[in-house]
Amino acid sequence: MAGSTPASATAEPLVQTPARPRRSVSPWAEAWRRFKRHRLAVLGLVVLVLMILLVAFGPFIWRVQINDIDFSARLNTPTTHHPFGTDDLGQDVFARMLYGGRISLAVGVSAMLMAMVVGVTIGAIAGISRGAIDAALMWVTDLFLSLPLLPLLLVLTYLFRDALKNAFGPEIGVFMLVVVVIGAFGWMSVARLVRAQFFSLREKEFVEAARALGASVPRQVTRHILPNALGPVIVAGTINVAAAIILESTLSFLGLGFPPDIPTWGRILFDSKEYLDIAPHWALFPGTAIFLTVLCINFVGDGLRDALDPRKVL
Amino acid sequence: MGQYLLRRLLIAVPSLLGISIVLFTVLALAPGDPFSEMALNPNIPPEVQAALRKHFGLDDPIWQRYFRWLVAMLHGDWGFSFISRVDVDTLILSRVPVTLAVIGASQVLALLIALPVGIYSAARPYSWFDRIASTLALIGFSLPTFFTGLLLILLFSIKLDWLPFVYRADLSATGWAWWVEQFKQSIMPITVLGLFQGAGWTRYVRSATLDVIRLDYVTTARSKGLRERAVILKHVARNAMIPVVTLVALTMPQVFGGAVVTEQIFRVPGIGSLLIDAIQRNDTPVVMAVTFVFACLVIAFNLLADLLYGWLDPRISYR
Repeated sequence: MAGSTPASATAEPLVQTPARPRRSVSPWAEAWRRFKRHRLAVLGLVVLVLMILLVAFGPFIWRVQINDIDFSARLNTPTTHHPFGTDDLGQDVFARMLYGGRISLAVGVSAMLMAMVVGVTIGAIAGISRGAIDAALMWVTDLFLSLPLLPLLLVLTYLFRDALKNAFGPEIGVFMLVVVVIGAFGWMSVARLVRAQFFSLREKEFVEAARALGASVPRQVTRHILPNALGPVIVAGTINVAAAIILESTLSFLGLGFPPDIPTWGRILFDSKEYLDIAPHWALFPGTAIFLTVLCINFVGDGLRDALDPRKVL
Repeated sequence: MGQYLLRRLLIAVPSLLGISIVLFTVLALAPGDPFSEMALNPNIPPEVQAALRKHFGLDDPIWQRYFRWLVAMLHGDWGFSFISRVDVDTLILSRVPVTLAVIGASQVLALLIALPVGIYSAARPYSWFDRIASTLALIGFSLPTFFTGLLLILLFSIKLDWLPFVYRADLSATGWAWWVEQFKQSIMPITVLGLFQGAGWTRYVRSATLDVIRLDYVTTARSKGLRERAVILKHVARNAMIPVVTLVALTMPQVFGGAVVTEQIFRVPGIGSLLIDAIQRNDTPVVMAVTFVFACLVIAFNLLADLLYGWLDPRISYR
């Protein structure tokens, strides 16, 4: 197959003629070119973007209130009036899912950002400083890795929920709590990854050159080492979003995440599980939404892994 | 060997202490304690409340309470459940076997899926089998346990009515019928956990095998004229298992998390559902003890993985 040998100029005769030297492309354009070859990843990205657009702008078009109670339409199966059916109070499941999707996705991204910041910081400090600091930070990382994650999350959200609810209001308070708690237990793998990257990168010639030119340690880290460690970190971040969405849904599904008036996808599942026999649609839609989101993110992560790994020929 | 085990045990002690400190601090920092609800009860006079608080030492500095708790734990006194009115250790001991049975069976199922599929995929990379298996693994890995649980209940309990969706500890049947009943009610919880773990591990087994299969000694084994089966099973699989063992140990916390969810869905009376009950009823001693038991189990499995590691990889000496 000619298409599988991109390095040869004949593969893309329309873009460049063999006589001319190859145009230099930015690393990001190159990564995008490689990403596009992973078909499932592109499909995942498209579905993901569609879902984000839907939950972001959907509520402006589908103007049914999430708490419109209608007892005459309890547990209805999907109709044109209620495309995803109704729940036990006659509330529109579609409207609730659009609203909850915003929160589920926002929790995933925010928790990932927090885990990234903590993980990159700890990993960078451990990776650049040898000896006692490195050993101590890695001991803490290993300790966190062997903590029973879900039981601890349950305990933490339960204990601090009411205090934060009183301080910041139900929506912001619980949101902050869930994001902080999930982020605080998601950084360990990132820290180990960054540390390993630092160990190999800091011995490379270009970092040595910067050191010889008198670059300070923070400058070496921020200008020379960190940008080169970015690829695996981006992949880890993508996977982290999926993990955070699953964790948030799990917390809500166990009844210990968001309160009932904030219908995240996990919370809708929690409410629906008692009615599984008479209204399965109520559970199937939010469950599928979680599954689809996580699946798409994982596909995108797979594609990014291939695209950002310079050793892999694509 | 004995010395090695002893050393690993000694290394596990600081980790356990660290975990217990983290847990205790979290619980102590949190607002609300078992006596906060009693404070709202007008039938208990304030003096009695104060005396009770003093008796249980709830107003002492946090480090004093930690050491008192630690000493009590070491003496086997795990506290008293304010809600269930039994000792915490009897409560937990009655629940642990169920959890271990469900987790153990599901891990066996996961390995039975992950090892053959992963190794076979790696032996024929980018074949149709490999592509389908990899895609299915990614799908299985993206299906959250609570959703698979609900789907299985919907299909096998509600639509087909083959399996019970509530796990009962007190089956009335005896003898052979008891085993049948037990098997029927265990299928779904074990499948849910096993499929999720199996899907994740398949990916790792595949990549670990791929790393090994290209090494020179494998080519040597093939050129000696060994059958493909012997090459894969005896030469490749054993070495590929080394990173997999680490991974299995590292995903243990995740497995226990999954167990909490499955136990809650199928109402399995294990320590996971005990934890959720205790949290909802504000039963602090039970919450503390169950979380600590989870941590101990995780560390025990890590220890086991270390031992297996030494057995699989003779390059690691039991010094």
